[in-house]
Amino acid sequence: MDFQPTEEQRDLRAGVRDLLEGRYGREALRASVDSGPAVDRGLWRELGAAGFFALRIPESEGGVGLGLPEAAVVFEEAGRALVPGPLVATHLAAGVVPGAAAGTAVVTAFDLGGDLVAYLAEADAVLGADGLPDGEPVRAADPLTPLHRVRRRGGAAAPGDGPAQGSAYVSEGALLTAALQVGSALRTVELAVRYAGEREQFGQPIGAFQAVKHSCAQMLVRAEVARTAVYAAAVTGEPGEVAAAKLLADEAAVRGARDCLQVYGGMGFTWEADVHLHLKRAWVRAEQWRTAAEAEELLAAELLDSAELPDPAG
Amino acid sequence: MDLTYTAEERDFRARLREWLAKTLPELPARPSPDDWPGRRAYDLGWQRRLYEAGYAGLHWPVDAGGRGATPTQHLIFLEETERAGAPYVGANFVGLLHAGPTIAAEGTAGQRARWLPPVLRGDEVWCQGFSEPDAGSDLASLRTRAVRDGDHYVITGSKIWTSHAEVADWCELLVRTQPVSAEVPKHRGISWLAMPMDAPGVTVRPLRTLAGSTEFAEVFLDEVRVPVANRVGAENDGWRVTMVTLSFERGTAFVGEVVACRRTLGGLARTAKANGRWDDPVLRRRLGRLYGEFGALWRLTQWNVSESERSGGVPGIGGSVFKLAYSHARQELYDVAAEVLGAASLSLDEEWTLERLSSLSYTIAAGTSQIQRNIVAERILGLPKGR
Repeated sequence: MDFQPTEEQRDLRAGVRDLLEGRYGREALRASVDSGPAVDRGLWRELGAAGFFALRIPESEGGVGLGLPEAAVVFEEAGRALVPGPLVATHLAAGVVPGAAAGTAVVTAFDLGGDLVAYLAEADAVLGADGLPDGEPVRAADPLTPLHRVRRRGGAAAPGDGPAQGSAYVSEGALLTAALQVGSALRTVELAVRYAGEREQFGQPIGAFQAVKHSCAQMLVRAEVARTAVYAAAVTGEPGEVAAAKLLADEAAVRGARDCLQVYGGMGFTWEADVHLHLKRAWVRAEQWRTAAEAEELLAAELLDSAELPDPAG
Repeated sequence: MDLTYTAEERDFRARLREWLAKTLPELPARPSPDDWPGRRAYDLGWQRRLYEAGYAGLHWPVDAGGRGATPTQHLIFLEETERAGAPYVGANFVGLLHAGPTIAAEGTAGQRARWLPPVLRGDEVWCQGFSEPDAGSDLASLRTRAVRDGDHYVITGSKIWTSHAEVADWCELLVRTQPVSAEVPKHRGISWLAMPMDAPGVTVRPLRTLAGSTEFAEVFLDEVRVPVANRVGAENDGWRVTMVTLSFERGTAFVGEVVACRRTLGGLARTAKANGRWDDPVLRRRLGRLYGEFGALWRLTQWNVSESERSGGVPGIGGSVFKLAYSHARQELYDVAAEVLGAASLSLDEEWTLERLSSLSYTIAAGTSQIQRNIVAERILGLPKGR
């Protein structure tokens, strides 16, 4: 057993981080928040050229030939950088929807509950659906996740049916979304720690006060537990582990952003600080593919199943 | 990231399972929790069997009489013994996990020869004399004094939270050999001694816990004479010597307990299904969440063990992250158990009720959650120390 990243996985992470810091750093992020677009086609093609979407397509079919653990590492970095767009849906569409693997197509999915769809205006296709449904734009809470409300159409997969229910997409979609959440969670720890080390009140950095430092410590604990759960789920692919990874990563990201906002104090409530962008995106992702309620029910069912079997070692 | 075990590791597990299946039925009946001499005999008997089968001191270095097993093999050992329902380390805890490793790392050849083999063979029990009534989280402020008198130290003071003191042969004792002053900070001036528990002047007073049992004791020391030869490491260097002990913890501290908690969850699900509480979606979802959390904690254990294996057995500071998450999850587990049981949880005849009571110590013992958060914030995140 060697449950640690390989040399190649570490290099992959460093490479993706370099790429995203160069191509989608803070200035680019703020520019897209202020004036759009939510999906930058140029960036999308560059991600495609770097193998972001074709990562798990076999090399014989023109892909990169890597697995879910590598995808988890790559998506963690994208979550850290707050890259907008239907990254998970387009990745899942690679090899299925023409252009997805290369990043020349933007593919969204019915991955939200209810009748909302993200990135409909930007998308060329909806994963698992015939054509693009009509939709009315909705004022979205996350400035970089535009939403449309769509009506059910006979025959075609629709949002109310859930995220391509019963398909293999759900589990992988949940896992990769969890990886995005972990990246965001770890980033908010960094932001909070940096701010707490710089901001002085009562004659010392606020990070020297235990009320603040303990909050930062708990952020890290949640993020580290979630990160391990995501990696384990990526290695085993077991539905229960994926559900646990999504549940813990959603919580790590949402609560991490909330705690970071609190550390930032009044600045955290401003549009200018990036904290709200992490929080709003974490809220979106928490609704995608597998909600907390669904994950907990799935885990409860698995627990009961395992409890009714005799202990294999017992 | 590889979660599969090597052929060697699988073979180790298979042989261990076979040995456990053969050995456990031969064990005598477990003594009652208040029968301390009985508990000592039982725990030492188990250690003797491990010794004879070649499993004693699995994680100790070979030159100290151990087996030099990898952290992963140690993980497998702890996982399998817990699954099979084998006895806990019990009275052997301090000898195997604290005092022994310290002597192995810092002791002279003579000290190693005197103290290590009896621990491995299951002949002698050690206890730990670190905390004092006024030195808990701030351990380095300890005040038990040791004054040189020829080739002896004369020791006066008191220790607290000492497990197995009533039945221990030896105590790993931290004493102040140099008073704190402007020149001597509190971390200096401490020495590490092996004190025989039958020395004149040692008085043990059991402490009753909120669970009703006497799991540990206060130890009063009144001019106890301990040979200078019993000091491990240099005089006044005891703080560093003690910290060396901690480096023997390789992320495996709670392996057995996580396995046990996952089994408890299975029992909770069966009980809830049988008594109808399973139909309550709030409770069912809490159980589902705990199942996910303990699964993740198991993976975090494997992660930490692999990390320590890569660094040649030196643990990361991830232990604090794990302890924070685990101790709170364990308390939540037994709170949920009480919900499953309903009013029956008020009865001490329910096993989970006693576990619920003992779980209350987990956020306090071995470094409170507050101290652990300081460690995470200052040593991992690099936040400034408070004034």
